[in-house]
Amino acid sequence: MKYRIVAASTAAVLAATALLTGCGSSDDDGSGDGPAASGPVSLTYWAWAPGLDKVADIWNKGEGKKAGITVTVKKQASGDDLVTKIITAAKAHKAPDLVQAEYQALPTLVSNDVLADISKEAGDAKGKFADGVWQQATLGSDALYALPQDSGPLMFYYRQDLFKQYGLSVPTTWDEFAETARALKKKAPDKDLTTFSSNDSGLFAGLAQQAGAQWWTTGGDKWKVAIDDPATQKVAGFWGGLVKEGAIDNQPMYTPAWNKALNTGKQIAWVSAVWAPGTLTTAAPDTAGKWAMAPLPQWTAGESVTGSWGGSSTAVTNDSKHKKAAAAFAKWLNTDSAALAALVKESGIYPAATAAQTGGALAKPPAYFANQPGFYTEAAKIAQGTAPAAWGPNVNVAYTAFKDNFAKAAKSRSDFAPALTAMQDATVADLKKQGFGVSE
Amino acid sequence: MTTPHLRPLTAAPRRFALVPTAALLTGALYCLLPVAWILVASTKSGSELFSTFTFLPGSGFADNVADLSAYRDGVYWKWMANSALYAGVGALLSTAVSAVSGYALAVYRFRGRESIFNILLAGVLMPPVILAVPQYLLMAKADLTDSYLSVMLPVILSPYGVYLARIYAAAAVPGDVIEAGRMDGGGEWRIFRTIALPMMVPGLVTVFLFQFVAIWNNFLLPYIMLGDDEKFPVTLGLFTLLQQGSNTPALYTLVITGALLAIVPLIALFLVIQRFWSLDLLSGAVKS
Repeated sequence: MKYRIVAASTAAVLAATALLTGCGSSDDDGSGDGPAASGPVSLTYWAWAPGLDKVADIWNKGEGKKAGITVTVKKQASGDDLVTKIITAAKAHKAPDLVQAEYQALPTLVSNDVLADISKEAGDAKGKFADGVWQQATLGSDALYALPQDSGPLMFYYRQDLFKQYGLSVPTTWDEFAETARALKKKAPDKDLTTFSSNDSGLFAGLAQQAGAQWWTTGGDKWKVAIDDPATQKVAGFWGGLVKEGAIDNQPMYTPAWNKALNTGKQIAWVSAVWAPGTLTTAAPDTAGKWAMAPLPQWTAGESVTGSWGGSSTAVTNDSKHKKAAAAFAKWLNTDSAALAALVKESGIYPAATAAQTGGALAKPPAYFANQPGFYTEAAKIAQGTAPAAWGPNVNVAYTAFKDNFAKAAKSRSDFAPALTAMQDATVADLKKQGFGVSE
Repeated sequence: MTTPHLRPLTAAPRRFALVPTAALLTGALYCLLPVAWILVASTKSGSELFSTFTFLPGSGFADNVADLSAYRDGVYWKWMANSALYAGVGALLSTAVSAVSGYALAVYRFRGRESIFNILLAGVLMPPVILAVPQYLLMAKADLTDSYLSVMLPVILSPYGVYLARIYAAAAVPGDVIEAGRMDGGGEWRIFRTIALPMMVPGLVTVFLFQFVAIWNNFLLPYIMLGDDEKFPVTLGLFTLLQQGSNTPALYTLVITGALLAIVPLIALFLVIQRFWSLDLLSGAVKS
């Protein structure tokens, strides 16, 4: 008799552990904020930039204290996984008040109804940013889904000493770039000007923007995907040609082998963004002071257009119970001069706000580029010509398709055109599968 | 082996054993090489990491540990403590649940016993990864996300642990012993606690160890559940060091040193608990 009860209760324990998710309460954290609009407000902020908590502290002790708004930074790992995490949290109505989001993730977050429109609270900040950057935060609409935080205008980095040694001049057009690569191959067959990396979709996207590509656009209520438009075809054809003839390397970037190639001077140039000094410091520590930065080569001589690689923004979520307060913080963080100075100093970002791109902490060049005193003045000039980017709701799919198809093409040194078509097709197919209207 | 006529018998297989030995050695090398790499790489300073020969020890181990401890006011040790809490308490609770459930399933006959067991078996086959998102949505309904409990509760019920405990109880706890306990007037709970439980200890140690390692290495569940980096386990914490955004280089030296220090508790646990296993083999041999 008795053991029947034990058996039953054991089964109950089994069931209970499975169901414990449904009951019980915790005094931990939780959804937290009081409903009062006027009382003290506390906001949570998911972000990955290092040192952001210190910047938030400046707010909490100054402006935030006056307004009764406290911001707590909860540091996250960046990347596509974070976008998924934010969307999952929003589905359960547990998203934080503020999130750091890369520009190319904004359409994904907006189409999942995660982000709030803060154009009323912060729309007047428009004049503080370059048009191409601001447009990425509005998605070309009247709404405003985020405030631009940092940007990554593309530039050309090269080994000054080795360029001199081999008698090369800094290319100002892509034609000259190709000639430089060939000239180097002739003089030093074991060296490469640079490499085409099939791992770095963001760089390819930036190069396509420079050529004038608009990968995702909307017309009516339909998306139009133009990844294989003439501009991108031109870019893919250019790099594919260089890889095919062996003028440049075909190995991916950000590998130990690539670090070594930069550090030993096997590769003597790098097309990268304004944040490159940080990467070079760890990748090529032995060559500090030997590099220099120049504007990105142009398609048409005399122009000054560039694309972006990376960059992120501060957005307010629909789950936030204090959207006004959150928008006020986001605006302060990305437009206030004290906040921007702290962002540059603590987080090492390159601010999107144009006024902060020179002077202050950016008056001096990065330590790695001590030989180029005007580094940031030059960078700010280049950033003025940032071409607009057009992102869609499935950038991650396009990026994966890029990696898969261009890796094969680069490895076999074959034509890049079929890879670009495959990237276009995969992106369109996924949009349709997700239920978006796509115009052909 | 010393008797002369046995020699050919043992000598012949010994020559064949070359192939399995070589295969095992290759396997061991395959598993140990990454560990050796971590060990060597953690001694290298940032500038040595990618520029010196892979297996040449560097000069920066003490600096790396100091840098790691100093990173954001020692948040790494907070993550280690969190991992210890999740894995320690989680594995302990999970072992307790497995013990009572496994024992009940092995000893008592009741309606639905086989269906419960079959459901458990299905649970063994189900990878925990695909349960993480539904578990998150459930936790959100109970307002428990982003808390210590949200990581602890889902790991308490381990189908594999219950399964193992049932098999072990069926083999190690003879029905006669329980019957004898009842004849002497012992209650069911007392019989379980004083007679059956000690017999099940070696099996439960295994369950504890498996769960501990599983929770220690768990990534996706805490990744989805937790937003507050002060509550992160060490796996998640190290991930945030790697993924700092495109404009900030990954903190490779800190991650490598952190990964090395994170396996130390696991190795220590194995060394300590190993004694229980060998003890079991001995006592088992004497008993039967």
